[in-house]
Amino acid sequence: MGVKKTKTDRREFLEKLAIIAGGVIAVSIVKPFGSILFAAVKRPETGPWYGMGINISKCIGCGNCVKACKSENDIPNEPFFFRTWVEQYTIKNDETVVVESPNGGMDGFSQSVPDEEIFRSFFVPKLCNQCAHSPCVQVCPVGATFESPEGVVLVDSKYCLGCRYCIQACPYGTRFINPVTNVVDKCTLCYHRIMNGQSTACALVCPTGARIFGDINDEEGELHAFLKENITHVLKAHLNTGSKVYYKDLSPNVH
Amino acid sequence: MENHFEHLYEVLSKVDGYIYPNEIELHWSILIVLYPYITGLVAGAFILASLERVFNVKVLKPTYHLSLIAALAFLLTATLPLIFHLTQPQRFFEIMITPNPTSAMAIFGFVYMWYLMVVLLLEIWFDYRKDFVLWARESKGIKKWIYTILTLGVTDISPKALKWDEKIGYFVTVIGIPSAFLLHGYVGFIFGSIKANPWWSSVMMPVIFLFSAMVSGIALVLFLYMIVSFIRKIPSDMKCLDTIGQYLFYILILDFTLEALDQIHRFYEAEESFATLQMLMSGKLYITLFIIQILIGTVIPLIALGLFQFYKPAEKIRRITYFIISIVVLVGIFFMRWNVVIGGQLFSKSFYGFTNFKLILAGQEGLFVSLMLLALPFAIFAFLLWLLPPWKKHDIIEVSDD
Repeated sequence: MGVKKTKTDRREFLEKLAIIAGGVIAVSIVKPFGSILFAAVKRPETGPWYGMGINISKCIGCGNCVKACKSENDIPNEPFFFRTWVEQYTIKNDETVVVESPNGGMDGFSQSVPDEEIFRSFFVPKLCNQCAHSPCVQVCPVGATFESPEGVVLVDSKYCLGCRYCIQACPYGTRFINPVTNVVDKCTLCYHRIMNGQSTACALVCPTGARIFGDINDEEGELHAFLKENITHVLKAHLNTGSKVYYKDLSPNVH
Repeated sequence: MENHFEHLYEVLSKVDGYIYPNEIELHWSILIVLYPYITGLVAGAFILASLERVFNVKVLKPTYHLSLIAALAFLLTATLPLIFHLTQPQRFFEIMITPNPTSAMAIFGFVYMWYLMVVLLLEIWFDYRKDFVLWARESKGIKKWIYTILTLGVTDISPKALKWDEKIGYFVTVIGIPSAFLLHGYVGFIFGSIKANPWWSSVMMPVIFLFSAMVSGIALVLFLYMIVSFIRKIPSDMKCLDTIGQYLFYILILDFTLEALDQIHRFYEAEESFATLQMLMSGKLYITLFIIQILIGTVIPLIALGLFQFYKPAEKIRRITYFIISIVVLVGIFFMRWNVVIGGQLFSKSFYGFTNFKLILAGQEGLFVSLMLLALPFAIFAFLLWLLPPWKKHDIIEVSDD
């Protein structure tokens, strides 16, 4: 009896062991495939969740934000490196669209289209959209680009390889190689300022209040109110990047 | 840095319409054209070798070892364009030690290592083990040492041991076929999964890359076989050439069909980016896409190869035609990669304009570096042929048609 019992025990034990081992192997094979769900999974939002609201009707194209950004963040002055820039859209009577951004709009704008041909014209400030499921974070091969707990997309310049896959993956053209550091660079939403309770440089200098920086989760905050009172859109919504830059009065011509 | 700015100012002066200011610099240059090109040649050459072994296509025997050695020579250089194009090349190893699992690019290191260590080197080693032992006995001096080391101390060449070599080699080849598919299908995924870029973002991309890889690999083997035979002053085997030509014909049809399907789908749906892509194809990509890739690299070879399926002219004419076809197909596939990589960066993601690509000569991403990287696998191939000459293998009987 005793011997028989031991055998059954052993068999049961081996069966359990096999199930556990099989389970571990199966999970370890299947688990990596979870990474294909990057863009499909919504991240839990706790604590501050920073973003920006942009009131297109208020932007006068003065370029102060572009200048402030370059000086605050030590971005080279050449017209190929911008953490933020302003675009001038001119919709002509024949429905064609002219878009211009000389030197990123840093020195202001002049209108190249004769007045009588203009149907409508407006300015659109652009910056990193601080996406909640950023394509750039998704593709970075070494995790040098990452999302901070506050929802800001940052780059670890000491870890970036400079492969530029993130530049290809960003639908908004907000990334570039900084010729000084020789790694990828982008808007940090002035992380060094906002974590000290200040606003971003661009929002601070905007003379008309067209840029509203804030914490989306702060129900008393300015950005929360802006989103509540206005109908806003994000750029390239069909790409499902989880953009956190919200535009009021966004025209469908703006990409 | 001054030169870099000068280059960018020149490009800025040639911008058409509006592009985002950060888009003036075209980030993936000729080196990233070379990367899928070289990887594709590896996968294609290996698949051709596997056909001979797994499906026992005897007539391809003369090219079996050439294909494997060519695959190894190109695989050894496949990572170089990638590393050279990094702005911080000294950090490349990070991709192996801290890979980001959601990045398609991060997985490349592992796919590459799998393919090199588990598939290609193992298959070649098991295939050559007996010869290493025999060559170590026959050779003198340094060669003797090299072959002795290459045996890794396994010197048993009894019929039983050799049978095991054969079995394991066969098993590795069977694993190798899906691995080759993975290697290049995966390279296609690197581009196909970029939803920000409508020229790349296509579920067809991995499949198209795979078939174009097979086309280029077959053309490469055809080219190398004829060159090696010429240098060895032996006639290349006509039946073998005809069979490779036949395979090339079928795979080329598949490849062309898939690419056409992708474009037809794009035209039929005509999404938001359509007008821009149409202008791209009829403008900046006209010569490299319609003339080089489609007409010279695909249609003309298809007509010639198609004709040979029904009417076979004299051997001499066929030989010359195969040789020319192998070159134009290789050029055509190079420009297919060019049209994908460079073409995908010529238009702005704002869909309001185009930038310009100017190939620089010197420098890290210049033409000279690229030519060097393209010549390197041929040099490695020559070296490997000297070290592992298939025609001196002990079980090979020369096949020739005279």
